[in-house]
Amino acid sequence: MLEIVQTYWLYFLIGQYPNGPLGGLALTLILAACGLVLALPLGIAFGLARVSPWRWLRWPVTAFVFVVRGVPLLMVVFWAYFFLPSVTGVKTDQFATMLIALVVFDAAYLAEIVRAGIQGLPKGQMECARALGLGYGRAMRFVVLPQALRSMLPSLVNQFVSTIKETSLGYIIGLAELSFITTQINTQVFTKPAQVYAILGLSYFAMCFGLSRFAYWLERRLARRTSARTAPAAGGTA
Amino acid sequence: MPVFDFSLLLHGQYHDMLVAGLLLSLQLLAAAFVIALPLGTVVALLRLSPVPILRAIGFGYVELIRNIPLLAHMLFWYFGAPELLPDTLKERLYAGKVEAISAVIALALYTAAYMAEDIRSGIRAIPAVQMEAGRALGFGFLATMRRVILPQALRVTVPPLISQTLNLWKNTSIATVVGVAELMYQAGQVESATFRSFESFAFATAAYLSVSLAITGLAAWYHHRWPVRTA
Repeated sequence: MLEIVQTYWLYFLIGQYPNGPLGGLALTLILAACGLVLALPLGIAFGLARVSPWRWLRWPVTAFVFVVRGVPLLMVVFWAYFFLPSVTGVKTDQFATMLIALVVFDAAYLAEIVRAGIQGLPKGQMECARALGLGYGRAMRFVVLPQALRSMLPSLVNQFVSTIKETSLGYIIGLAELSFITTQINTQVFTKPAQVYAILGLSYFAMCFGLSRFAYWLERRLARRTSARTAPAAGGTA
Repeated sequence: MPVFDFSLLLHGQYHDMLVAGLLLSLQLLAAAFVIALPLGTVVALLRLSPVPILRAIGFGYVELIRNIPLLAHMLFWYFGAPELLPDTLKERLYAGKVEAISAVIALALYTAAYMAEDIRSGIRAIPAVQMEAGRALGFGFLATMRRVILPQALRVTVPPLISQTLNLWKNTSIATVVGVAELMYQAGQVESATFRSFESFAFATAAYLSVSLAITGLAAWYHHRWPVRTA
C-alpha cells in the first residue's frame, strides 16, 4: 500500500497537471468549492422565493426544488451532459458540465437550508422590522437574513462535505477527478485493487471527516453563544 | 429538435429495456433496505450502549461510511473486495451476478450508517427516565430497549427513516458505475442505441420522480396517521 502511495502520490494529487489538465484531489476540491460558491447565491434566492408572499414566485421555485430533490444527482448530470450542447450550441467540457449539474443540484438543497433558517427564526423578528417601517425586502435583508445565515453556517459546511462527495460522480462522465484518477492508477498497478480503492476511500474520509468535525464544533459554538445571548432576555420577560 | 417520440417508450424493445431497468432499480432498493434497516438498528444500539468499546465501534462505522462517497464504496466493493476472497469463493462469485451483489452491499452499508443516526436520535428523543424506570423495575438494558424505549422511539424515527429510503432510492442510480443494468444504465443504453436522449432521459426522470413522490407521500401519510406524541 505504501509503495503505491510513494509511486503515484503526485498523480493522485494533481493528475497530469504540468503536462496536461489539472486532475485528482486538487480538481475535486476546486470543483466542490466552485460548485458551492456559485450555488450559494442561487440557493439564497430560491430560499427567499420559497418563503415569498408572491405565489407566482413561490410556486415555480417550489416545483423546481421538488423535482431536483426527487431525482438522483446522476440524472441531473446526464441532462446537463447531453442537453447543454444541444441547447446552447456550445460544446461544454466535462468540468463545466459537472459544475453546472452541481450548482443546480446544490442550489435546490441550499434553498431548503435557507428556508429552514428563515422559518426557524421567531416570527416576531419580521413583524418588528415591518412595524418599525421597513419594507418586506429591507426587513428580509437587514433583519431576517443575517440571523438566518448565521445559524446556517454549520449546515453550509456540511453541504460542502456533501458537495465533495458528489463530485465523485464526475467519474461517470470521464472527468479526471479523484475517483477517476484512482481508477487509472488501479489499471496501472493492476494487482492490488483493494488497496488502491482503500486509499481512495481514506483520502475522501480525511477531507470529509475533518470538515464535518469542524461543522460540529461550529454548531456547538454557535449554540453556546446564542444561548448565552438569549438566556438573560428570556429571564427578563418571565 | 425532432418531435417527442412516445411510441419508443410505450412498446418495443427499448420500452422493455427501460422497464427492466426500473424493476431492477426497485429490486436494488428492496434488497438494500432489507439489509440496511436491521444493520442500522444494531449500529444505533452500539452507539448507545453502556460499553465504551461498543460505542467506539458504532461511531467508527458511522463516520467511516458517511465520510466516503457512495461511488468510492461501489468501486471498492466491486473492484477491490472480491480480490481479497479465497480463489474458490471468488470463482463462484464471478460466475454469478457479482456487480449486483457488490452494489447491494455498498448501498446497504451506506444506508445503514445514515439510518443508524436517525434511529439513534429517535431513541435519544425518549426521556432518559424511561430507561431508568425500566432498569429500576428489573429489566436488563436490552429488555428495556425492546419493551419500553423502541416502541416509543418508533413514532419519532419512522419519518426520517422514510426520507433515508428516498435517498436510498436515488442512490441506486450510482450502481450504474459498476455496470448493474438498472434504470440509469438502461436509459444510457437506449440513448446510445437510438440517439433519442430526450425520450429515454424523460422516462428515467419520470420514473425516479414518481417513486420519490410515492415515498414522500408515504411519509406525509404516516405523519398524519401517527403523529409524534409529546410526553
